[in-house]
Amino acid sequence: MALVESQLVPEQALFDQVIPAGDGFTYLVKRGQVLRIVDLEGNQAADTLFYDAHEPSNRYSAVDTVREQGNIYLTTGTRLLSTEGDVLLTIVADTCGRHDTLGGACAAESNQVRYALEKKYMHACRDTFLLTIACCTPDLSKRDLAANVNFFMNVPVTSEGKLTFEDGVSGPGRYVEMRAERDVRVLISNCPQLNNPCNGYEPSEVRVLVWGQG
Amino acid sequence: MSEPRLILEEPLRGGQMWSRVLRRGQTLRLTDVEGGASVAALFYNAEELSERYNMPDTLKAQHTARLTANHVLYSDMGRVLCSVTEDTVGWHDTITGHGTALHNRKKYGEGSYQKLRNDRYCNSRDNFVVELGKYELGKRDIVANLNFFVKVVADARGALSFVPENSRPGAYVTLRAELHTLIVLSNTPHPMDPRRAYAPRPVALTIRAGLPAAIEDPCRQSCPENGRGFTLTDGYFAGREAAWP
Repeated sequence: MALVESQLVPEQALFDQVIPAGDGFTYLVKRGQVLRIVDLEGNQAADTLFYDAHEPSNRYSAVDTVREQGNIYLTTGTRLLSTEGDVLLTIVADTCGRHDTLGGACAAESNQVRYALEKKYMHACRDTFLLTIACCTPDLSKRDLAANVNFFMNVPVTSEGKLTFEDGVSGPGRYVEMRAERDVRVLISNCPQLNNPCNGYEPSEVRVLVWGQG
Repeated sequence: MSEPRLILEEPLRGGQMWSRVLRRGQTLRLTDVEGGASVAALFYNAEELSERYNMPDTLKAQHTARLTANHVLYSDMGRVLCSVTEDTVGWHDTITGHGTALHNRKKYGEGSYQKLRNDRYCNSRDNFVVELGKYELGKRDIVANLNFFVKVVADARGALSFVPENSRPGAYVTLRAELHTLIVLSNTPHPMDPRRAYAPRPVALTIRAGLPAAIEDPCRQSCPENGRGFTLTDGYFAGREAAWP
């Protein structure tokens, strides 16, 4: 895993905000702007979706992204492709090393399946996504919530076809940075999952920065 | 034991799309007649079309990156759309999506209707848009699909490779509906298939009557997660007339 650092400095960022664990976030990243997500305390999963800002049905596609790059992990150089085959963003720096896009987002219902029927009350990413789009992006609804990116999350797959959720490869201050290749709506759920090691059992803050012309 | 009552036999020729609501308990067998087939598939709860097949939930609940017998297909609502009750293939893909008109043009050339009539080069993206349109669904409803008969493996570094000859002539996979499930199929070459000619293989579809998963069913018992998934699925029908034949 080659780690690539960025030359951008936070003092020059156009936008800088911390997202608490369990909160949602959305922002319109303009073409040419650079988006950074920082795992402030380490081992935090940032569940992230992207949409063409002008045509939301043209959205991030996990399966097209992994197939076209011939690799299931996302890192520097990965082109995040849309359902129409367009490049939404390109990962330009990554100090974590690899990110998951097969594990999806947690939901109350899938938590019941995965852990116990009594887990239904627990806060989950799908709730955050639904609340965030209901408040901020009326052109999106549940049908637009497709398979997402899990920045900083580690979901290894073996050649025999096993898939597991494992402790993160990330650490405090690690970040991933991507350049928008068109105007892109980004939607983040800072994952509240407490039942598996995706957040190190201690969900924590992530920081979002954007550089470029406003 | 005799085979359950036959409801329908239908060919799915190369390039063709297809859809049908499989009632809870009914089974659908897909047979790869000549070997080397590839059928892209999407699944929806026919009673509530916003509930659909969810690739990540299916994989993480069952700790698998492939699908075969005794696995189930989860919806985004924690319920089982279909069980995989039989499989002589061993590996069906769900992580590499489906092809588009652009893929076909780059790989096989134009393949227009004007020249080839109904042997034109069909692609699964357009097939899905058309078939879903019949239910007033559209592009936004196309999610990560299942690819029957296709095997794509990831190595230790995550690099993907298409495994040729994964499916032999006569190989089959059988699904049993656990919800009333709208199944949408598209029989086109997988975008990673290295064969240079556009030559989707014929598939045979067989639908039979049946009952939902019994308490001792292997799909229900294959992992504790599936036990809970079936409990949620059964609960969805609790208090209603279960309308199976």
